[in-house]
Amino acid sequence: MKAAVVTFPGSNCDRDLAVAFERAGFEVSRVWHKDTALPAGTDVVGVPGGFSFGDYLRCGAIAAHSPIAAAIRSHADRGGYVLGICNGFQVLTEMQLLPGALMRNAGLKFICKTIGLQVVSTDSAFTSAYAKGQQIAVPVAHHDGNYTIDADGLAALRAEDRIAFTYTQNPNGAAADIAGVLSANRRVLGMMPHPERVVDARTGGTDGAALFASLMGGMALA
Amino acid sequence: MKARVTVMLKSGVLDVQGEAVRHALGTLGFAGVNGVRQGKLIELDLAETDKAAAELAVKTMCDKLLANTVIESYRVELI
Repeated sequence: MKAAVVTFPGSNCDRDLAVAFERAGFEVSRVWHKDTALPAGTDVVGVPGGFSFGDYLRCGAIAAHSPIAAAIRSHADRGGYVLGICNGFQVLTEMQLLPGALMRNAGLKFICKTIGLQVVSTDSAFTSAYAKGQQIAVPVAHHDGNYTIDADGLAALRAEDRIAFTYTQNPNGAAADIAGVLSANRRVLGMMPHPERVVDARTGGTDGAALFASLMGGMALA
Repeated sequence: MKARVTVMLKSGVLDVQGEAVRHALGTLGFAGVNGVRQGKLIELDLAETDKAAAELAVKTMCDKLLANTVIESYRVELI
């Protein structure tokens, strides 16, 4: 399985994300925002956390129109997997690959701490290795993680079981405690917490490892 | 031709920064500020000289990049 991790100017979780994919057994290549194509045979694209383009205009807005974004869109359109974490989630909503938007945290503060998540949907290649309702501990580090979506959009997410993770204690005002959502075809996941930071017991925990392992197994079967 | 684009959060979307500003104004003793909404002002210097074409172009820019229409509305003025 091949993973491609994108780097924008201002990305800062790209190396961690590459390591998390590698540890799960992926062959990882790194892609620059000015590249116009993904490496041949890319199975999953990782859009990492950070502050792409300095969060100018809106978080993720400039990155969503960079040259590599067109290649990510084509990849997603043909059923390819995409994982967007933190700023990567913001980029995917700005690209409208995922519904809703991420606004400034309700408390206006940057939040950097490990928090509890509940696995809501296990019906995806990203979450199938978790148990439904399982609680995991994953760090968040964001200023704009307040997930916002209109009532119809939220109803659709619920009806289609597309809420992947919720916060056990909502830190940022997100609608319906949402921490991560899936696309309609369940192959694009965006989440504010950082599973790539918890794949090694020596650096804070292992609760994120199952996401990458799950993806490795789930895609192999697909 | 110049264009001025005002981007605001849609009504109904809670503006937490505006609320913080409103609270600070109250702390400073400015009574009677019932609400504060904070937005962005973007000025564009355009080569286009035809007003209708300029307005159409700027609206397209707003839809594609300058505003996130999921949460924001915009207003275009040509000056």
